[in-house]
Amino acid sequence: MTTLRIPTPLRPYTEGQGELQVSAPTVGEAMRELVSRYPALRPHLFTEQDDLRSFVNLFVNDEDIRRLDGAGTPLSDGDRLMIIPSIAGG
Amino acid sequence: MFTFPSPPPNPPLTHEEILRYSRHLLIPEVGLDGQRKLKGSSALVIGTGGLGSPVALYLAAAGVGHIGLVDFDVVDSSNLQRQVIHGTERIGQLKVESARQRLLDLNPDIEVTAFNEPFTSENAMRIAGDFDVIIDGTDNFPTRYLTNDVCVLLGKPNVYGSIFRFDGQASVFYAKEGPCYRCLFPEPPPPGLVPSCAEGGVLGVLPGTIGTIQATEALKLLLGIGDTLLGKLLLYNALDMSFEFVKLKKNPNCRICGPNPTVTGLIDYEEFCGVPGHGQDIGSAGAGWDITAPDLAQRLQQNHVRLIDVREPHELQISALPGAENIPLGQLAGRLSELDSAQEMVLFCKTGSRSSRALELLLGAGFRKVKNLQGGINAWAREIDPSLPIY
Repeated sequence: MTTLRIPTPLRPYTEGQGELQVSAPTVGEAMRELVSRYPALRPHLFTEQDDLRSFVNLFVNDEDIRRLDGAGTPLSDGDRLMIIPSIAGG
Repeated sequence: MFTFPSPPPNPPLTHEEILRYSRHLLIPEVGLDGQRKLKGSSALVIGTGGLGSPVALYLAAAGVGHIGLVDFDVVDSSNLQRQVIHGTERIGQLKVESARQRLLDLNPDIEVTAFNEPFTSENAMRIAGDFDVIIDGTDNFPTRYLTNDVCVLLGKPNVYGSIFRFDGQASVFYAKEGPCYRCLFPEPPPPGLVPSCAEGGVLGVLPGTIGTIQATEALKLLLGIGDTLLGKLLLYNALDMSFEFVKLKKNPNCRICGPNPTVTGLIDYEEFCGVPGHGQDIGSAGAGWDITAPDLAQRLQQNHVRLIDVREPHELQISALPGAENIPLGQLAGRLSELDSAQEMVLFCKTGSRSSRALELLLGAGFRKVKNLQGGINAWAREIDPSLPIY
């Protein structure tokens, strides 16, 4: 199982859940499982062409998936997948 | 390690300054040389709000010789829940003036320059050029990209902090030695996706936590001591009291600090982020989809209009319109079946910003008899029903 961390701005779409357990072989699959559980999240994370949106930052443990294998980055048991939001408040 | 252009020798300290900074002089990592370095250094604080307040206060107290403040706003009572540099007596005054007075009261030995203007592509290089470090305490995406690009183009470190509700982020971006803001966030989110603190709220003490981290990093950069957040992003959550770090690397495809940059000068950041510019009306859906509060009041007397309140349920305790139905924006897409496209509807929220997005969603779903209450329930409270509070 992978722990998926949902940032505050997206929690209104996950019934307030901040952490979820997902079982998926890759980052892309984990994100698909997430949006199938919470369809209202889909437009925030995926384009209409079903690609991950470019402003969505995903980190596995402490590494940016753009420096790993992108959506194909494999997940192992106990990994932590974080969605890091753009926030601008000051 | 960072080296700054402050020309040696750094200015000497007076006896009064030696007493004032005694607790710094006792730390070997700072000492007399470090304190003189701070006296000879400068920092630009962009924004004198939630983040800028603690940043500027602590840099002034620490004896940074020259502090620049940029803001164009005036102090409002709704600022004081977190913007601790200002005070009740300063409501209505220019923020940079209010902040300057407070800093000089805290430390009359420093120089404070107030820039009472929005930070824009036109003035940013001129304003930032004189300072050793730049601190990003802004509250919107366009100014964050602008601040980053100015720092990259001028070769200066950008001490970043950002907040939302209970979440905070902090880092040091410095393209000469590591990643910049665009390496992490190549593109801004679509407008409206991420609510501002004015719309979504923020725990008042949160900018205190993140701002003091920014001040710490700025002081370390100026002193040339310790390990900074360069190459790391701090993610703080006040509810969980969690501090997590992720690694940041330079993005080889970065549009401004990569080997083949496509951004070689400042651009139009409002256009880049798809948002209206400074001073333009927010809370408007535009293109004839708005209704003003007086027009809505008239309409409600004449015929039936269905009022949809897209705020979060807990906001209804603050103010509400009689007869309005509550469908929070986050639930709207899943509850379209409750709406009838043949019926006239008016959407509203606190200021008109969330209801503009709700309106876009309904237009996308084929609704046409729908309007956005311009300025939200706050405009209604101001113009129609003063018994309602404004928040």
